[in-house]
Amino acid sequence: MATSTRLARVGRECVACGSCLRVCPKGAIRIVSGVTAQIDGNICIGCGKCTRICPADVITIVQRGAVE
Amino acid sequence: MKRNWYDYLWAAELLYWALGLCNILFAWLGMFFFFIPLLMAVIGGNKVYCNRYCGRGQLLGLLGRRLSRNVPPPRFLRSYWFRGGFLAFFMVMFGLMLRSTWMVFSGAPLRQTVTLLWTFKLPWQWAEVGMVSPWIAQFAFGFFGVMMTSTVLGLFTMVLFRPRSWCVYCPMGTMTQGICRLRQKKEDVACGGKSKEDCRAAQNTGQ
Repeated sequence: MATSTRLARVGRECVACGSCLRVCPKGAIRIVSGVTAQIDGNICIGCGKCTRICPADVITIVQRGAVE
Repeated sequence: MKRNWYDYLWAAELLYWALGLCNILFAWLGMFFFFIPLLMAVIGGNKVYCNRYCGRGQLLGLLGRRLSRNVPPPRFLRSYWFRGGFLAFFMVMFGLMLRSTWMVFSGAPLRQTVTLLWTFKLPWQWAEVGMVSPWIAQFAFGFFGVMMTSTVLGLFTMVLFRPRSWCVYCPMGTMTQGICRLRQKKEDVACGGKSKEDCRAAQNTGQ
């Protein structure tokens, strides 16, 4: 279980390119049915690497409480 | 992080360009870059090609580490309308290329030019294409132009925005994602409110 207070969230306009998969240090991201990236909130540590690589700029870092 | 063989597919992209510049007929190999992602989307219902095997995406990622400004692209680039419109435009241009191939097949003279960005006609008279039918050569010239145009656009947006900005509006990516969406909708309709796992289990037991 992640202890970070932040986590990444994927927006609706994800293009499912998979750039984020390569940089996630925890392997918390997967592409669901070729449609969108999905982040496992239990694993994500909110480091923000995926937000900086996402070419569509659809990944944001939010406070855990805001989405749970 | 452990590397796999497919992490080096950027070399295949470089090899494609090297071969194509040596002999334009190698442009035909680019058809693999078209059909493999389509087959993966249609049969597998995924974008594994984009996620794992796309040599161009990998190359842009590698070059972008040093050359990209790494700033977020404008919002319109990821909009449904821009992506769909660009796909439609690309398909029209691809259709025109097929038309010129057909015309050469029907007897029109071969045009030894590679068209860059749908506008600039690069002379390519030095290409040795005498060993094949003129229409095969015409397709190679046209297809090499398509590949070169998309690569130039990819490099341009790589420098301007983020390394893999091309992936946002890549016509193949848009098309395969569309196929995956359709498949997902079909599955959702077939499954009703059930989860995917429950639905598969029900289908396997014939319920």
